[in-house]
Amino acid sequence: MSDIIDILTSAGLWAAVLRIATPLILGTLGALLCERAGVLNLGIEGVMTFGAMIGWFAVWNGADLWTGLLIAALSGMLFGLLHSGLTVTLGLSQHVSGLGVTLFASSFSYYLFRLLVPVEGTPPKIIPFQPIRIPGLADLPFLGEVFTQTAPTWVAIGLALLLAFVLFRTPLGLAIRMTGENPHAAEAQGINPMLVRYGAVIFGSALMAMGGAFLTLSAFDSFIPTMVQGRGWICIALVVFASWRPGRALAGALLFAFFDAFQLRLQNVIGGVVPYQIFLMAPFLLSILALVVMARRTRVPQALMQPYRRGER
Amino acid sequence: MSETVLDISAVSKRFGPVIANENVSLSLQRGEVIALLGENGAGKTTLMSILFGHYTADSGHVTVMGRLLPPGRPRAAIRAGIGMVHQHFSLAPNLSVLENVMTGTESLWRPWSDKARGRAKLLALSVKFGLKVDPDARLGDLSVGERQRVEILKALYNDAKILVLDEPTAVLTNIEAEQMFATLKDMARQGLSIIFISHKLDEVISTADRVIVLRGGRVVAERRAMETTKAELAGLMVGREVTRPQREAATPGAVVLQARSVTLREGGVERLKAVDFHLRAGEVLGIIGVSGNGQAALARVLGGQAEPSDGQITLFGQDFTGKDVRGVVAAGIGRIPEDRNHDGVISEMTIWENAILERLPDYTRRGLVDRKAGMDFAARIIEKFDVRGGTPSSRIGRLSGGNVQKLILGRNLIAHPKILIAAQPARGLDEGAVAAVHERILEARRAGTAVLLISEDLDEVMALADRIQAIVGGRLSPPVRPEAADARQLGLMMAGEWAMESQEADHAV
Repeated sequence: MSDIIDILTSAGLWAAVLRIATPLILGTLGALLCERAGVLNLGIEGVMTFGAMIGWFAVWNGADLWTGLLIAALSGMLFGLLHSGLTVTLGLSQHVSGLGVTLFASSFSYYLFRLLVPVEGTPPKIIPFQPIRIPGLADLPFLGEVFTQTAPTWVAIGLALLLAFVLFRTPLGLAIRMTGENPHAAEAQGINPMLVRYGAVIFGSALMAMGGAFLTLSAFDSFIPTMVQGRGWICIALVVFASWRPGRALAGALLFAFFDAFQLRLQNVIGGVVPYQIFLMAPFLLSILALVVMARRTRVPQALMQPYRRGER
Repeated sequence: MSETVLDISAVSKRFGPVIANENVSLSLQRGEVIALLGENGAGKTTLMSILFGHYTADSGHVTVMGRLLPPGRPRAAIRAGIGMVHQHFSLAPNLSVLENVMTGTESLWRPWSDKARGRAKLLALSVKFGLKVDPDARLGDLSVGERQRVEILKALYNDAKILVLDEPTAVLTNIEAEQMFATLKDMARQGLSIIFISHKLDEVISTADRVIVLRGGRVVAERRAMETTKAELAGLMVGREVTRPQREAATPGAVVLQARSVTLREGGVERLKAVDFHLRAGEVLGIIGVSGNGQAALARVLGGQAEPSDGQITLFGQDFTGKDVRGVVAAGIGRIPEDRNHDGVISEMTIWENAILERLPDYTRRGLVDRKAGMDFAARIIEKFDVRGGTPSSRIGRLSGGNVQKLILGRNLIAHPKILIAAQPARGLDEGAVAAVHERILEARRAGTAVLLISEDLDEVMALADRIQAIVGGRLSPPVRPEAADARQLGLMMAGEWAMESQEADHAV
C-alpha cells in the first residue's frame, strides 16, 4: 500500500501523465473535429503512424523539429483529403474508407521508411524536443518537475482550448456542429455542408498526424513501424467518452495517460507476482469501463456516418 | 395591396422523363396569403424548391421585389427575403433554439458569435408575431408545434419578407393548426407575404386569399378563396369529380370478435381501461378520438403485439389470449398500421418483399424464399388494387403514400380477411387516394369482413362506420349510430362526455 502512495506522490508519475497524454490529446481532438462535422475518421491509426514516420524523416534529413511537425500535419491533411473525397464526395461507407486509409497509411509509412532509410541494427536517432524549464514555475518543488514538458505538449493543451472556443463560440463552430447534426438544415441556411466536412476532416487529420509526430519528435527519438500501438483507436473511444467536447477530451486523455503511467510504475513494484501483460491490458480495460459509465447519456451528432447528398432526405 | 413581391414566370422542370413543372407562372402581392393546392406529385414542392434554390429550373425565371433571383443558390434566396418552412423541419435536435436560428446568419470567419444580439433579435420577433419560444431550450425537447414555431422564427430572423410553408399542418394537431393559421393571417396583416402548400381543402379556403391549383405540374386554375367551394377545388385538384363513397345499408352478420373489460398496462401506465366492444361480420365499427388516447394500444392488442393485462377477448367464440402476430395473421385478421412508412413497409426493400412479409412461411420452400411466387403475389396485388408507380421488383420507397397504402390494403384484402383493423387508413393521402381506400374498405365490408376503423377524421367515420365509439384516456364510450349523431355530439364524445347518451345508445344498437 505504501508503495502505491509513493507512486502517486512522485512528481515523475505526474510528469509522465502529461507526456503520455499529448499524442492522445491531439488525436482525440482531430477525431472529435471530424465527428462534429458528421464524419467518422477511422484513418486515425494510419495517419498517426505516417505522421510519426514523415515528421521523424524530415528531421533526420536536416529539417528543424517544428518544420518536421508541420510536414507531419501537411501529410495528415493529404490523408484527410483522401478520406473526405471517398466519404463526402462519393458518399462511401465511412467505416470502410477509414479502415482503408489506416491500412494504406500504415503500410505506406513502413514501405517509405525502408525505402528511404538504410537498414541498420538499431534504428537511427534524431535529437528530439527538449523539456522547457518555465522560469519561476520550474523551480517550485513537485510542480516544477510536473510542468517541465516539451513544447508540443503545451501546444496540444492550447489546441484543446482553441477547439473548444471555435466549436462553441464562433459562427464557424456552429456551422460545423449543424453540419454534424443536420446537413440539410445547414444547407437551408446557406452553408455548404460538403465544404464544411472537407475542412473538418482535413484539419482533424492534421491534428492526428501531429499526435503521431509527437511520438518520434518528442517522446522518443526514432521511428518504429508499430509504435502507435492502438493509440488511434483509444482516441476514437475517448471522443465518445468526452461526449464530443474538447474540454472533456483533454480530461479523458489525461485520465487514460494516468492509468498507463501508473501501471508502468506498478509493474516495478509488484511485477514479480502478476504477469506484466495484465498491466499492459489494464488501461484499456479501465477505458472500456469508463466508456460504459460515461457514454450512456451522451448525445451523438445526429448525422454522424450519414453521407450527405444534395436534394435527398 | 398591389405591390408585387414575387413573380414566378414560365418555370419548367423535368426529372428525366417525368415532368415536375411545366410553364408555371404565379405572382404574389405584399400582405397576401396564397395557397398552392394539389395532390401529392402535382409539383408543388418542386416549384417551391426551385424558388428556394434547392433545384435549378430548366427554363423560366423568378423575380423577387423586381430583381431577378439567381437560380440554384439557397443563400441568394435567403438574402432576397425568401424564408422556407420545410415539411420535415430543417432543425438540429441536439442544438439549442438560439443556435438553430443563428446558424449561417453571421459571417463564418467572424472571430466570435454575437449571441447576445441574436438572442435580443429572436425575442423581439417572438414578441412581435406572438410566437413564444425559450431560446435556450434544446430543440429535441420541444413539441412538434413548438419546433414549427422555431422554423418560422428562423425564417423571420433571416429577414424573410416572403414565407413559404410546405404542408405546415401535416404534423400538427387540429388545435395547433388553428393557432398556426391565426398567426399566419396576423403576419400577413403586418406586411409579410405567404405561400403555403396544402392538399387540405378546409384550411385552404379558410386561410388563403387566393388559391392556385396545380395538377400534373401545371397551373390548372386560380380562384379567390371567397368565391370558390370545397367541391369545386376538389374537382380541379383531381381533374374529375371526386366523391368519397358512402356506406350503403346492410344487415351485419354474427359477432366475430368480442372484447370484455380489456385492460392494458404498460410500464405502470393504463393504456386501455376496461374496454368493451364487439365486431360483427359485414360491419364497420368506427373508433374516434384525438390521437394518443389509447388507439395505438388497441391496435397493438388486436394485432398480437401486446397482451392484455386484464379482461378477455374471444375470436369466433374462442379465446384470443396468447396469440402472437403470426397467430393473428393466420386467424384471418388483416392490419393496416397507423404509421405506414414505419410499421407498414420497409422502404429499402422491394414491393414483392414487402407484399409477402406477413406471410413469409407461406412463401418459403425448402428453407428458401420462393421468389417467383412472391413476385406473382405482388403482381396480383398491383393489378387488382391499382398500385401505380412500380413493378414487383422496384423499391417500395419510390411509391407515393397513396400507392403504398394501396399495397398494404391489397396484401391484407386479397386473402379475404375475416377481420380488418384499419388505423388512420387515409391519413396524409390526397383526395383521389382517400376515395380509393374508402371504396376498398366498403368492398371488404360487403364481402363480410368485420372492420375496426380507428380514425381522427369525423367525415371518414361518419361515411364508413355502422356504429361509432369514442376513445378517451383509454376508455371507450358506448356505441352510437352515425345517423343518430351529429358532429357536435361526436365532438363531445371525443372530449369524454358520453354519460347521458349511454342508455339510449345501448337500445339503439
